[in-house]
Amino acid sequence: MNAPVKTLEERKTELQGMGDSRLRKEDARFIQGKGQYCDDIKLPGMLHMDIVRSPVAHGRIKKINKEPAMAIPGVHAVLTADDLKPLNLHWMPTLAGDVAAVLADEKVHFQMQEVAIVIADDRYIAADAVEAVEVEYEELPVVIDPYKALEPDAPVLREDLAGKTEGAHGPRDHHNHIFTWEAGDKSAADDAFAKAPVTVSQHMHYPRVHPCPLETCGCVASFDPVKGELTTWMTSQAPHVVRTVVSMLSGVPESKVRIISPDIGGGFGNKVGVYPGYVCAIVSSIVLGRPVKWSEDRIENISTTAFARDYHMDGHLAATEDGKILGLKVDVVADHGAFDACADPTKFPAGLFHICSGSYDIPTAHCSVKGVYTNKAPGGVAYRCSFRVTEAVYLIERMVDVLAQKLNMDKAEIRKKNFIRKEQFPYTSAFGFEYDSGDYHTALEKVLDAVDYKALRAEQEQKRNDPNCPTLMGIGLVTFTEVVGAGPSKICDILGVGMFDSCEIRIHPTGSAIARMGTITQGQGHQTTYAQIIASELGIPSEVIQVEEGDTSTAPYGLGTYGSRSTPVAGAAIAMAARKIHAKAKKIAAHLLEVAEADLDWEIDRFKVRGNEEQFKTMADIAWAAYNQPPEGLEPGLEAVHYYDPPNFTYPFGIYLCVVDIDKGTGESSIRRFYALDDCGTRINPMIIDGQIHGGLTEGFAVAMGQQMPFDEQGNLMGNTLMDYFLPTAVETPTWETDYTVTPSPHHPIGAKGVAESPHVGSIPTFNSAVVDAFAHLGVTHMDMPHTSYRVWKKLKEEGVQL
Amino acid sequence: MAKQIVKMNLNGQEIEQLVDSRTLLVHFLREQMNLTGAHIGCETSQCGVCTVDIDGESVKACTHLAVQCDGCEVKTVEGLAEGGVLHAVQEAFYEEHGLQCGYCTPGMLMTSYRLLQDNPNPTEDEIRIGLSGNLCRCTGYQNIVKAVKSAAVKLQQKESATA
Repeated sequence: MNAPVKTLEERKTELQGMGDSRLRKEDARFIQGKGQYCDDIKLPGMLHMDIVRSPVAHGRIKKINKEPAMAIPGVHAVLTADDLKPLNLHWMPTLAGDVAAVLADEKVHFQMQEVAIVIADDRYIAADAVEAVEVEYEELPVVIDPYKALEPDAPVLREDLAGKTEGAHGPRDHHNHIFTWEAGDKSAADDAFAKAPVTVSQHMHYPRVHPCPLETCGCVASFDPVKGELTTWMTSQAPHVVRTVVSMLSGVPESKVRIISPDIGGGFGNKVGVYPGYVCAIVSSIVLGRPVKWSEDRIENISTTAFARDYHMDGHLAATEDGKILGLKVDVVADHGAFDACADPTKFPAGLFHICSGSYDIPTAHCSVKGVYTNKAPGGVAYRCSFRVTEAVYLIERMVDVLAQKLNMDKAEIRKKNFIRKEQFPYTSAFGFEYDSGDYHTALEKVLDAVDYKALRAEQEQKRNDPNCPTLMGIGLVTFTEVVGAGPSKICDILGVGMFDSCEIRIHPTGSAIARMGTITQGQGHQTTYAQIIASELGIPSEVIQVEEGDTSTAPYGLGTYGSRSTPVAGAAIAMAARKIHAKAKKIAAHLLEVAEADLDWEIDRFKVRGNEEQFKTMADIAWAAYNQPPEGLEPGLEAVHYYDPPNFTYPFGIYLCVVDIDKGTGESSIRRFYALDDCGTRINPMIIDGQIHGGLTEGFAVAMGQQMPFDEQGNLMGNTLMDYFLPTAVETPTWETDYTVTPSPHHPIGAKGVAESPHVGSIPTFNSAVVDAFAHLGVTHMDMPHTSYRVWKKLKEEGVQL
Repeated sequence: MAKQIVKMNLNGQEIEQLVDSRTLLVHFLREQMNLTGAHIGCETSQCGVCTVDIDGESVKACTHLAVQCDGCEVKTVEGLAEGGVLHAVQEAFYEEHGLQCGYCTPGMLMTSYRLLQDNPNPTEDEIRIGLSGNLCRCTGYQNIVKAVKSAAVKLQQKESATA
């Protein structure tokens, strides 16, 4: 009996293509303990590296005595900067055009800086040897505050830059000054402020925080002295760029360097950079001719690998009396730590901070960012966000709230008044960004209706008037726009390599497929979602499409996964590679069906002859023919590679609303409700999108309510373990409500914009807006994060709030 | 370094191994027994990615010595599935999208497994409190909580089917 003919819908469903909440392909290994993370890798003869670190934040190294460590059985080597000097590897270039010490060269610049390495038979012996290395320091004055760092008589931190008045991003006017970067039109903005009837200003500090993925950084370096080949497994969000850097530093030809990012236990920006630990493990393997493993512990991870934020911002808005914004000015002092190791596109030392005009039609704007050296660890990465976009969104959303308060306007009303309207897209901002698409008014109304905003305001009013109410109620509202998917290579590069991304697809003779990508998943589910794009484009079931990433010897060159660029850039590369295959498949189908290409129509998984439903060839038929009987003049096989250089960024947006109840007695905040509407354009897998949003909101909750890296005057980091650094548990974490609208990107092949970072970027100012709103009737316009119970309790006392 | 003989039942198998007295259980499992499911995330008992089950209790293997397990029954994530059939908590985490990067997953599964042994029908609050020794940076816990609820139902159905 013939199998029943499947309906169009059945055929479509079987593909599990775009829009399907397909369960994740990667889960089978993770739920059985069969993931392969960096520290799981074990090679024959492998040695372990550990690092001797500085206890002081600023000091001169007087003496290093390796002997007691070398005397421990099982210790193979102890290396210091002096050992790396002949190889010229004691300093390395950073992504931001500066240099960073690999091992401290005569001076240490921050607490826990790398001073020496030990290599031993196992991690226990290596840890013993670290304790045994004797280092004498002469302590120097420490500078923690970036404003003090810029005082004329501030201690000189970077003696290696003495006399250097030109940095990678223009002139340096002080020994601790790195760069001053500006965007927008200062005179136009000044003019708008001079004429405006209303102006508001607010100073705010976005604290230094750490991305803190559960897996710390590490690598296994294995140099084969016979073949001259270097293979390194590494916790890297950008393995191809690392290969280029390693080749440049080591002199090993890039063709003999293989970087493999295996399974990664979360990245969130922490695993973009090249750290001294990686370089030292590679050098050790080359020197000793044996594999060397380095695994950071948590204290090392929080203390030394890339932090995020630490922006001291002054925002100013000029407006009419009825709340129409006329101008924006922002001045930032950015604490970059001891070396400028920010991970930004080369031409943007403050990343894409100039997205700080937000979702609003602001005619004039100017911003300036001044980078400063201090005695803290280097970094400045995008912690679950596009480059400095979190800081920018925080700034503008706070400022709009401050203006609303000054004018006694409702937060929603002032936003509606200033939104870029739907018909204004594509919209060019005063900073020059071309926003691709958006419909902010519709999205805002949807959220206000869903939560019954009017009723919430009425309840708040009633509670404010009730002296016996034990809580302060706050309503936070944020209407943010992100800029992601870096980016067009004419303006975006990393170390001179354009920020394109890539995909190679091969269709096998029996109709299954493999796709290899320049990105690398760290939990985003690429192995699931990328296959869905191909399934929809080519009519091959997702189930038989393998997705591989992270091995530089097999995958095409790509810039990696960070800044929400995987879907906007690599996702587009997939669609474009698939379309090349589709075009070839059509030629083969025409040949097999003996008709002209123009007579064929595509339908889900097959080409059919127009007007003759019975005559068709499925993609599986075509794949077989491609290896068996391709038309004359057409080369056999069915595969394609595409390098996608995006014409523009994408601009996902969202409307978030939060209701908080603050205990008047304890300062404890309880998140009663958090409603998150996201518009990420075309949705590939709604289940995964929701999961990404839950995670991003939780990370945003952590930043707003508890995360910070406080330093004392001596430069000691007060809290570098998970006993002190706040990662919320299931108990504190609120329940999230999600919603969406769909406004596709017009320039993206499938209309997708990227989503994983929006919830982090958007939620932080929302929590902040809610907490400040709880105090707004007392005249409070701003409170710096984090909103720990103690800090909120102090504010309650300061404002004289009685229980 | 003094070595000692340690005997234990590991995932149903009786084993006898020579270990350094200072070796942590998590390193013993990962490096000596090649069971890399239990991970290391904090070394201070905060994150729970190293959670295993010892004699019917959830234990963080990063702050437990291997020699303390002499004579114990130890179960790791690798021992959850039986006869090639996934345990209900494994199935539920997969179905409810209770994992993303997968790093916390083995610990979450072992804690959930123990939680449901001790309390077969937990409320949402009991689940959240029960999981509070395990951190996750990716999921925001919402789907993990759903997964534990779903696993509870699966286990009860299984029980009533065999009763």
